[in-house]
Amino acid sequence: MSDFVLFDEEFHQIKDVIGRLKADAQAKVVFIVDKNGQQIAVQGDMESLDTTSLASLTAGNVAATDGLARLIGEKEFPVLFHEGERDNVYISIVGQRVILVVIFDERSSLGLVRLRVRKANGELERIFDTIQKKVESEKTRRQEGFDSPFAEITDEDIDSLFRE
Amino acid sequence: MTFINYAAREINCKIVYYGPGLCGKTTNLQYIYDRTNPASKGKLISLATETDRTLFFDFLPLDLGTVRGFKTRFHLYTVPGQVFYDASRKLILKGVDGVVFVADSQEARMDANVESLRNLEKNLIDHGFDLQTIPYVLQLNKRDLPTAMPVDELYRQLNFKGEPTFEATAPAGPGVFDTLKAVAKQVLMELRKK
Repeated sequence: MSDFVLFDEEFHQIKDVIGRLKADAQAKVVFIVDKNGQQIAVQGDMESLDTTSLASLTAGNVAATDGLARLIGEKEFPVLFHEGERDNVYISIVGQRVILVVIFDERSSLGLVRLRVRKANGELERIFDTIQKKVESEKTRRQEGFDSPFAEITDEDIDSLFRE
Repeated sequence: MTFINYAAREINCKIVYYGPGLCGKTTNLQYIYDRTNPASKGKLISLATETDRTLFFDFLPLDLGTVRGFKTRFHLYTVPGQVFYDASRKLILKGVDGVVFVADSQEARMDANVESLRNLEKNLIDHGFDLQTIPYVLQLNKRDLPTAMPVDELYRQLNFKGEPTFEATAPAGPGVFDTLKAVAKQVLMELRKK
């Protein structure tokens, strides 16, 4: 299974797209998580939010819902919506690979969020396609003799992580 | 599936603690959480039942430090050990980089250990992983109990590829960090090959 790699260029493109989505959808926070629970990018007021935990729980939520979908013969549920007293969470799957999460309150509405997310989804899908292609071409380059930046990790490097 | 973030200069890895019900997976994470510097850890999340049995997973994010200019972040997960939670257990293994198998040293739990190990192997295959090649560590937990079986006997029955094996008493700590270190080391060594 190939690793997921995020380069500077695409990271900034992703930040731009979700920054625009946050403004257009009048959302509080927008973030992107991979399906394994790793946070990729976030925009918005994160001070009161534990985004690492949010990422892991979102991925768990999507994984559980995917499991449910398959049990009833669906491929996936591409959209999940949780409605709270003040804040709401809108979760959608981008290109079957990453998860887009929008947190919003009464200043926005489900309809507006849904509309803006649809537009952002297409842009994000293109960026993640580019990342995928880059990772594949990097792999080929390496097979042709270029070294990975981690090829030279030594035992001492790793031992030093565990020194008190 | 390691996540290498060149933009943030971070490596993110996922480690899963597997094993039969009540073997001490959550206790391992709890001990790591209690003994880690607050700056290096996030919140410990436990999705548990009212009787404190793991329902879906426990999650602990941990920063270990920097390697070759990259921050290493480990996400530690446990699975629910009870047999009937297999569907949830399988989901947690998605994208795993390394596995710790926590075995219960008591003789009465030997069958449960073996069943859980077989279940791990099967669930890994379903995600496209091979227990023979994935970074893997065996922990023999509950060594403090009078009913614990001899280590040799446990090793003979549970160690199948000469994987690093540690004796542990998770609530008090012995063996907990040795186990984590061994699996983290294997995961980082894997990066060299990529």
